[in-house]
Amino acid sequence: MSPIGFLKREKTRSEINERVERGFLVFENTSEVIKAENILKREGWEIRVMGPPPEIRSGCDLVIEFPLIEELKITRILRDARIPPLQVVPVTNPLLQPVNLFRIRELGKYLMVQAANMKLTIDKNSLKIVNISGGGCPDVPYLAEQMVGKLLNEAPSPREIGHTLCGYALQLAYEEMRRRCLQL
Amino acid sequence: MLAVIGTIPNPKFPLLAGKVTLENGEICIKAERVPAKRGTPALLAAAVKVGEILGQPEVFGYLVGDIGLGDGSRRLYKYLTQTLDQTHFNTLVFHYLQPYVGWHNRILSTISKMIRRPILIADAGFMYVAKMSGHSEAYDLFTPDVGELAFLADELAPHPFYTRGFLLHEENRVPDLITRAYIHRNAAQYLLVKGRTDYLANKEGIKAVIDHPLEEAMEAIGGTGDTLTGIVAALSATGMDIHEAAMTASKVNRMAGVYAHPTPATQVREIIQYIPKALREILSHKG
Repeated sequence: MSPIGFLKREKTRSEINERVERGFLVFENTSEVIKAENILKREGWEIRVMGPPPEIRSGCDLVIEFPLIEELKITRILRDARIPPLQVVPVTNPLLQPVNLFRIRELGKYLMVQAANMKLTIDKNSLKIVNISGGGCPDVPYLAEQMVGKLLNEAPSPREIGHTLCGYALQLAYEEMRRRCLQL
Repeated sequence: MLAVIGTIPNPKFPLLAGKVTLENGEICIKAERVPAKRGTPALLAAAVKVGEILGQPEVFGYLVGDIGLGDGSRRLYKYLTQTLDQTHFNTLVFHYLQPYVGWHNRILSTISKMIRRPILIADAGFMYVAKMSGHSEAYDLFTPDVGELAFLADELAPHPFYTRGFLLHEENRVPDLITRAYIHRNAAQYLLVKGRTDYLANKEGIKAVIDHPLEEAMEAIGGTGDTLTGIVAALSATGMDIHEAAMTASKVNRMAGVYAHPTPATQVREIIQYIPKALREILSHKG
């Protein structure tokens, strides 16, 4: 075998090892994923919200990727919080990455931030949320009703009242808007 | 007759099936009234306005409360699988429903039992699940925005949230994204891509580009995509072919926007009231 072939094989093995050190937690619905993410991040765990592999996708899905070696501690925390995961699965294939690109658009005295399919627009002077557009899950009209017309620092966050991937995308837009406008 | 299937952002709203009217900016179904702010109520309001101008029968609505937990959507899916095959609608629009592949496929199976196959239009959550199920080609029209088009073009993405970065949703990439969506069979028979420029396409390529009139603020206004879908659905229900209905709807929606003199803070109900005027204007030009 050529040295290059050997290196290639080693790299692949190393990648596999790295992957199986991670696992993902499957929950009943996206709301539980968001709650679990809040709890685990608050306690300092190194986790990421990701998309599930095709074999367990049922619809509007998210999973939490976590260090597999910490399974016992993490599942105990979640059980204590009454949101035990339905399944704990080792990662053997790459999980889908959520979008992490924002589109920013200045519209005169308004600023629009887009994350994935969700757009949040505020009045830059008053910091009032004037519109929410995009998205297709049923919590989008609900989130818009709860947030539009309120100030950016007073409106409920999509993380608190949203339940779906569209709600999660709106949370990203909301955080980016706050970062830009409130310097948080 | 047109039937609209969607959700109301109120968890207490019951499952209702019935004729829908519009009174003082509220859609009315049975004893319930809902402001036509955005989402399925905005779609219904636009469809009712078009139907009134064209002397069409009242729009039929299948509605249920759901704020994203999926409970209402599941009840509505179940109800539809029990009843839809006994109906005679000529156009069905599926809108803000929680995406569940299993339920989607049961709905499609139920529709296949209808005596006459209706025109099928999907937008919002139901367009997502139609793509995810691999049955996009069963639909006559999808109405994605550019971001959702990128999701249709990404054969691996199960939701726009996971669209891969190399498929950036930039307007100048729309033709490529349309081609890719059709190559991977993730598009309906027609796509009406809504944005700064609207594109009507089928598997042969782009059939029409509508970029005038243009109101920059429309992109920020929640519900303008819903009104577009409502207009095209109502036109389709008159017997207009989907190609012509989509082109006309695009022009009417844009013109209604112009009449409203919108800013990014304008609410879609302010645009809906101009749909009749815009429709008369566009139809008069068609002669």
